[in-house]
Formats: sequence, C-alpha cells, structure tokens
Amino acid sequence: MKNDITRREALALGVSVAALAATGASAQTASTIKAADVPAPKLAIEKGASLRMLRPVRFVQADEDVFRANAAKFSKETGVEVKVDFVGWEDINQQTAVTSNSGAGPDIIIGFSDAPHIYIDKLVELTDVADYLGKRYGGWLPLAQKYGKRNKSDAWIGLPFGATAGPLIYRKSVLQSIGFDKVPEDHAGILDLCQKLHKAGKPAGFALGNAKGDGNGFANWALWSHNASLLDEEGNVVINSKETIAALKWVKDIYPSFIAGTPSWNDVSNNRAYSSQEISLTANGVSLYFSLKNDPATKAIADDSEHQLLPKGLAKVSPMAGLTLNAMLFKHSQYPNAAKAFLQFMLEKDQYEPWLNANSGYWSQPLAAYAEAAVWSSDPKVKIFKDTMQSTYYDGYKGPISTATGAVSADYVLIQMCAAVATGASTPEAAAAEAEQRAKRYFRRQGR
Amino acid sequence: MSVTTLPSRGMALRQPGWIARLLDYKPFLIVMCLAPAIGLLTVFLTYPLGLGVWLAFTDTTIGQRGIFIGLENFQYLLKDPLWWNAVFYSVFYTGVATIGKFALGFWLALLLNNHFPLKSLLRAIVLLPWIVPTVLSALAFWWIYDPQFSIISYLLVDVLHIRSTNIDFLGTPWPARFSLIAANIWRGIPFVAISLLAGLQTISPSLYEAAMLDGASAWQRFRYITFPMMMPILAIVMTFSIIFTFTDFQLVYAITRGGPVNSTHLLATLAFQRGIAGGELGEGAAIAVSMIPFLVFATLFSYFGLARRKWQQGEAND
Repeated sequence: MKNDITRREALALGVSVAALAATGASAQTASTIKAADVPAPKLAIEKGASLRMLRPVRFVQADEDVFRANAAKFSKETGVEVKVDFVGWEDINQQTAVTSNSGAGPDIIIGFSDAPHIYIDKLVELTDVADYLGKRYGGWLPLAQKYGKRNKSDAWIGLPFGATAGPLIYRKSVLQSIGFDKVPEDHAGILDLCQKLHKAGKPAGFALGNAKGDGNGFANWALWSHNASLLDEEGNVVINSKETIAALKWVKDIYPSFIAGTPSWNDVSNNRAYSSQEISLTANGVSLYFSLKNDPATKAIADDSEHQLLPKGLAKVSPMAGLTLNAMLFKHSQYPNAAKAFLQFMLEKDQYEPWLNANSGYWSQPLAAYAEAAVWSSDPKVKIFKDTMQSTYYDGYKGPISTATGAVSADYVLIQMCAAVATGASTPEAAAAEAEQRAKRYFRRQGR
Repeated sequence: MSVTTLPSRGMALRQPGWIARLLDYKPFLIVMCLAPAIGLLTVFLTYPLGLGVWLAFTDTTIGQRGIFIGLENFQYLLKDPLWWNAVFYSVFYTGVATIGKFALGFWLALLLNNHFPLKSLLRAIVLLPWIVPTVLSALAFWWIYDPQFSIISYLLVDVLHIRSTNIDFLGTPWPARFSLIAANIWRGIPFVAISLLAGLQTISPSLYEAAMLDGASAWQRFRYITFPMMMPILAIVMTFSIIFTFTDFQLVYAITRGGPVNSTHLLATLAFQRGIAGGELGEGAAIAVSMIPFLVFATLFSYFGLARRKWQQGEAND
C-alpha cells in the first residue's frame, strides 16, 4: 500500500486534469458548496489501524483515480493504511455475503442500494457520522435516507455515497422527424411514439432480459408509472393487482414496437444498439452519453441526443429509482473508529467534491449541499442526473426495504413477469399471479 | 592403552523398538497410508457435499442462519413451474447435446484415426475449443448470437442477402435453447473426439486385416469390430459427458442468464440464481440436490447399459 500511495500521490495532479477533461468542468474552480460549522464526532482512531475496503469497479476511470487519491490522502493525514479493492458489479453481492457469513474480510464494503438491510445484524451503526454529515452538508436526500436508515428508525446502517439513474435517452432528430419534440408523459403517447419510431425504422429498445440495472429499471418504471408496486406501505406483497395487470397489458402493446431481441438483452445491449444507431430511444445512465461524446466517431450522436426523466404516466413524479452506492462497516472490523473516520473523510467537501466532479454525473450526491458541485453546470445534458437521490422510488417501493426486496430484484421476478407477457408466453393475469407467488416466497423467509 | 568391549550376543539380537514394530504392523500401515487421502476426501468432498445436502433441508438465507424444515424446500419445488422448466431443459439440453457431441465427436475421431499429412497439427487444432476457457467461448457465442450484431445475421442479411432481417437467436425460447445446445456441442466435441481417438488406437489392426480377408465391408468392420471394441470407452466418455453437460453452468449463465423468460435455466443456473443471487441458500441447495437422482440414473444407465454388457465378455446378451 505504501508504494501505491506514493504512486497515487504522483497522479494527484493528473487526476484533476482527468476530471477536467471528462466533465468539462474545472475541478480547480473555487467551490460554491456550503458546509455548516458543525462539530465532528470524536472518533479516537485505534493505534496501528489499517483498513481494507471493497467497492464496485468504476464506470468512469476518473472515479477510481480520485477515489484512490482521496484514500491515499487519508492515509497520509492519519497514518491509517487503506487498501481499496475494486470488484465487478455482479460480484459485490457474493463477496459481501461471504464476508458477512464468515465474519472475516474487508472492514468496509460499498454495496448497492439495499445491501445494508440484508446484512443489518453484522453492521456497525453509522448514525454519529451520518448525523454530522447531514447537518454539515444541508441534509441527506430522500433516497439516501431510505437506503441508509434502518426501516422506521433514524439509525443509519449504511452511508450512501451516490446514486446513478437511468432516464430516457433519445435521438432528437429522429423524434422530430416523426412529429415529437420529446417523449410524451402519458402511456398512450409513449405507445404512439414507439409505434411511429418502429415504422420509421428507428425503433425504441428497453431491456427485457435478465439485466440487473436496465431490465429492472424498465420493469419498475412500467409498474410504478401505472401506480402498481411490489409492496404496500405495510410490506404486504400486492404485485397481483389491477394496476399491475394494466401495466402488463401496456407492456404487451408496446413490445412489438421494440427492436427485436430485447428479451435477451443484458445491461450493455441497449448501449451498443443505441451507439450503432439501431435504436433511437432507450433508458440508460450517463455513461452512454459520455462514451458517445468522447469518441469523435460518435460525437454527432451525442450532440443529437437528449435525456429526459422517465415519463410519469399515472404517477405524480417521474418514477425512477437510483442505483445507490451504500457503504457498510462490518462488526468484525478491528478498527471501527478508523473506518468511520475514513468514511466521514471521503464524504467531506475536500474529497467528495472532486470525486463527484470526476464522475461526470455518473454518480449524483446523497447530501443536498453537493448539488452546487461544478459537474452539474458543466453540460446541460448531464444536469438531469443531479437530483437522482431526490427520488421517492426505490427497490421494494412502497414497502419497507428488506432482504426480500433485494432478492426479488436479483432474481429478476418483475422483469420475467413483464417479459412473459410481452412475448406472449403468459397472460397478464397468469404472469402477475406467478410473480406474486415467487415474491411471497422470498418475503415469507427474508422479509425480516 | 585402550580397552575394547565387544558387543554381547544379546545386544546383537535386540528386539526392534515399539515404533519399528508398529510400522511393521500391516493394519496400522494401511490406516496410516490411507489417512491422508481419507482426510482430503472428507474435507474437500464429503464436507461440502454433506453441507449442501444439509442446507437443502433448512431455510437458510444469506446473512441468516436457518433451521431444519424437513422436505419443505422440495415440496415447494415440486409445485414450482420454473423448477419443472429447468428439469425439462436440463434433460433436453443434456440429451440433445450429448447425442450431437457423440455423433460429431465419433466421426471426427474416425477421421483423425487415419493417416494424413499434418495429422498432429490437426489433432492439436481439434483440442482448441476444449482449451479455451469456457467463459471466453461463451462470450464469443454471445456475440455470435447477438440480436443486432451477430456475424451469422450479417452474413445472411448483408453479404449473402438470403434474409432481410437479423435472426433473433436468444430472444425467444426455442431458438435460445438450441443456440445454447449448439455452443455446448462445439465446446464438448474435442473431449469426445480425443477420448474416442485414444480408444480407436487401442484396437489391434490385425482384427481389421482378418475381417478384410473375410471380405467384410467398411460398414461391417465398423459395426462388428470398431463399435463393439469401443463400447467400454464410449460408456466412460458418455458418462462423463452426461455429467459435464447436465451440470453445465458457465455457458448458460454467460450467454442468457436463464432467459428469455426463464426458458434456458438449467438446474445448476437456477440453483445459483435462487441460492446466491436470490439469497435463498436452502432452496438453492435443494435445487442442486435435486440434480443428484438424475446424475445417478444417467451414470448407472450408461455404465451398466453400455460397459457391462455380457457380450463384451464373450457372452451373448440376455
């Protein structure tokens, strides 16, 4: 780690340049983020402490570079060695499970959204750090509170670092050529648009395969925009409802207008189809836009692309949940104070703001004050991602988050329900009944 | 002046120590020699298998200890259409892929058994699909089957103009099922071909010479010499092939993850999906345990049905 720090320190200047190049925003400009003068919790860092952390692999290179530079800075200031390992998104759950069950391994793991709720008994409460950060930086945003706090409690079990969203991305020129300025907010309008896009040979495409991010994103949107949900407020499974049936009928109607093959799509399929101009409308994170923008061969596509929040349908606000990075501190850590101090350090303005800017909008802030970060004014097409964590929608909406809500998502229950109806393999009624049976199975055992 | 004492007769005939006597004791030696192997088998085979079987009778979830629930997991699976679907596809996948692998593998082995230029090089090339890591070949097939960028679709649509639209290999159940089977056959052929080639080379040429003197045709030589002589190795290779195919995981998980609409889930992928991704360790273990009867049946069938036929021992079949 010592060598690593030295190397990373040498890269520190380069990181700022990378952030500048990636975002178009200057990481060097004076910060406009306000930090309240709040006393920090007294964390006596254990003597000889060293930390090991696991987090999901970066989507934007600058994410990793700045994160490592910040960790190195912490080591330099406190003498606490921090080893950060990056693992694939699909592997983080398994590694967290092993760490949790064996009581050994990394001190800190940054998992996704509901992970702290799954391993709740094995985690150290982070309420002191979370309260301090909340008071200092304008308060935690709704999605951060939902995923960070224990259900029906003010105790923090995770510390959200940011969330990424999957709004619509579309080709402006193609929509205009068929008489649309943007994607309509109502279901009939969206259906009409997609049918016209299909007729024009530039169809829409939304993942209906076993895709963790995009597949679940589409299925949730289809349900939530029809006011359907997996759970009610008390945590009862209510997926087999008339709202769900209506959503599934709409999915069945709109599916023929999609490009062929969407039931086999995984999380990168729509990126590829959009980049190659096979489709003109899909839902995706900001990474697609940036990959198009940063490649001279595809810059014209980026210039012609617009983002839009997922249409509301029958919902009052855009029903879009953000995939959240959520840090967990395990009870088996020998240095819990050092770990808390590290998490707090990483979310302080001097470290967090450059990291947020370096991510080009891929991750959006969990703390309100960071809405003033330079990244959000760097490119008007990125601004839409700024309020991702203002969302009131989440995996398991409207009920309490539990292990089972994560399991339903991980087992693709809702995606398969939609795909079964879309492809004609099942009727809406049968598909909803099967999803209810599968979900109830998870909730019977894991809804605790 | 020195005094030398000669060893007494009693000392020369001293009895060996108890350690030496113990090491000369045959039953002890047997136990000592077998202990490391038994220990390794216990730790690395019996314990994981036993733990898996135990988990199948509990409601253990990731992050939570479970309790013994008897056959509840299995009762649920019997009512679960997805499990039945996985059973069906596992059997279908294994059956069709094994037939394909054996037909093509045997044919390839017969071809490679002939003398021709660059024989060693060609045999090495045949091994390539076996050498390539499964996930790598799965990714290659994933590209080949991509609904938008498939090389096959490109050839048929853009080069040969035989079709006007791309083939949707993985977007509908049956094409997806057969696409995976094709990938499995491609991957499995080298194992079958090289194993059978080794078997073919053990057959004495004098048998063929005698048959030719008797005027046997090529088909008759194959039917009455090659095939019977190959039966033992066919049985072994088929047994292994069935086990490998039935327990396949990587190809399916990397290409379809069980989709579309769960139509390509094998029992192994469903077990992983429920047990690890879904967190239901007990249920995942039960799905894995439910594979055991199929594997035992397939193994017994190929072993007793093919390897133990009496005519191989010079007797007529019953």
